[in-house]
Amino acid sequence: MSEPASFDPTAPLIASGNLRRRRAVSRVTEIGATAAAVAAVAVLGIVVFTVVSRGAKAISFDFLFTGEPTGIGPAILGTVLIVLVATAIAMPIGVLIALYLTEFSAGSRVSRVVRSTLDLMNGLPSIIVGLFIFALLVDHKQQSGIAGSVALAIIELPLIARGSQEILLLVPNSLREASDALGVSRWRSVVGVILPHALGGIVTSTVLAVARAAGETAPLILVCSVFDPRKFSLNIFEAIPNIPVTIFTLSEEANPEGFTRAWGASLILVSAILFASLGARALLARSRARMTQ
Amino acid sequence: MSGTATNPAYVTGGNGGRSARAADRLRRIDRVGDGLLYGLCALAALLGAVVLVLVAYQMVHGASPAISKFGLGFLTHTTWQPNFNVFGAGSLIYGTVVSSFVALAIGGPIAIAIGLFLSLLAPKGVSGVISPLVEMLAAIPSVILGFWGILVLAPFVQSTLEPWLHDTLGFIPLFGPPQTTGASVFTASLILTIMIVPIIASISRDLFLAVPREMQDGASALGATRWEVVRGVVLPTTASGVTAASLLGLGRALGEAIAVTQVIGAGSEIHANLFETGDTLAGRIANQFPGAVTEMHKASLYYLGVILLVIGLLSNLLAQWIGRRFDYTRGLAK
Repeated sequence: MSEPASFDPTAPLIASGNLRRRRAVSRVTEIGATAAAVAAVAVLGIVVFTVVSRGAKAISFDFLFTGEPTGIGPAILGTVLIVLVATAIAMPIGVLIALYLTEFSAGSRVSRVVRSTLDLMNGLPSIIVGLFIFALLVDHKQQSGIAGSVALAIIELPLIARGSQEILLLVPNSLREASDALGVSRWRSVVGVILPHALGGIVTSTVLAVARAAGETAPLILVCSVFDPRKFSLNIFEAIPNIPVTIFTLSEEANPEGFTRAWGASLILVSAILFASLGARALLARSRARMTQ
Repeated sequence: MSGTATNPAYVTGGNGGRSARAADRLRRIDRVGDGLLYGLCALAALLGAVVLVLVAYQMVHGASPAISKFGLGFLTHTTWQPNFNVFGAGSLIYGTVVSSFVALAIGGPIAIAIGLFLSLLAPKGVSGVISPLVEMLAAIPSVILGFWGILVLAPFVQSTLEPWLHDTLGFIPLFGPPQTTGASVFTASLILTIMIVPIIASISRDLFLAVPREMQDGASALGATRWEVVRGVVLPTTASGVTAASLLGLGRALGEAIAVTQVIGAGSEIHANLFETGDTLAGRIANQFPGAVTEMHKASLYYLGVILLVIGLLSNLLAQWIGRRFDYTRGLAK
């Protein structure tokens, strides 16, 4: 053991020895954590930049509003249609599940089971959802837009239900109590008081679910992929063109011109999704802040 | 006591038989309305379970020809030759497990570090910007990530990253000689990493934010450095949650089909070398199901679906169980 250092009151206060090492370790981990965050943002930046720079070349009036071989208009229309129908199926059911969890079974064993089921649904691989819908609606019949919509609805449902549930939990209990005290029946207070109060949050969590579903490719490959890319179609009982399958098909062919079209389609899909989810997130944060005030 | 008189909702003005009848009607509407809303909500809540059961039934039903022909040997059999009606999931299970675990091994620490940065290090303004950006990474559709993977990431990996790893870590069999194309299990793992990092990062950020401030302050007051606070207080209290989050990320990686099938190269053999091609359960389904013609080929792909479903449900249930069983807020309440 070395002899203790003599105390020098005028020496500057600098960490030495063990403390210096501990500080250095701490500093290194801080830098590591920062670097990890920077790396994630950088990857996002690189992907978005690639999509924008390569996709911008493809964008033109014809590209947006005509069918193959000049554009992907029918696919844009088809994706909008499939996703709209999916949301029309998933949103009411999702909100009803959320209402069941918050208004009719809060804290009970049943609600735990229901929430656990929702989490399991959320964890279902989307290709499994595709196989399921194929077996249910397409096998021995034909591919259709509606089959794609049902598949996407299954993907959206747990997201909408959990999102709405979180928003409904933020509705102040005093509103429910006031409504009860006035003798208003449960369904009237749900329809007249609770839902209007939570509407903004429910809509934004739905938009987030839509953003997730719009890019889902795996189910559509199985249930809605053999279509005529030249024809605008609003008939959801036949296979209709859609953007994700278009990108996938073009990416599997080694054709530079097709790649450009695929980048263009990616640009449209990515900008719609990023715009929707950024906007929804901002709105959600605002309505949450307002409700928790 | 009559409900009509005491219940203000039913006092619609006036008195006499007409308003009593109206009140009666309202009450009937309310009874029906309450029952209807409850019924609808309960039905909707039941629907989730029904869907899960139906999914399991359809998978097993579709797979039944393959199950009865190959039995459990399907899981270990490694040949997949549709032309000869010989199917086995061995190499696909291997590819799925390897690609997902490599993704988790790379992505897990990065994601936890991002969670730490966002919750403890970054000033509020910075984390307010970075948080949504990290979550945006999860919003990019897998088909676009896969397309980017083929054209941008794979050439880079093949020309730069793989040779470098082979030169420095080549003594480990995982990092064998690079192949001619960038399509490999390793590239697929990198794409999966990009997909699971935001999931794990945002969950662990929320967990770290919920660690009581006093505990961290207490450690700091005892002279702990920032890293020691993290290692001694933050990580131990959130360990179960972080494990659950990692399992959720793993589940996502196991089930990803499109992006993987685009970059993994659809190989059918088992290689220790990560830079060789391979394939996963989900990738094989996405790749071959649309073109499958024979009954047995389809049934075998359904069989892959059954395996995937079982793995997926198990990892998800395990995540839920760990998250609940070792919930640290319960420990604190005791």
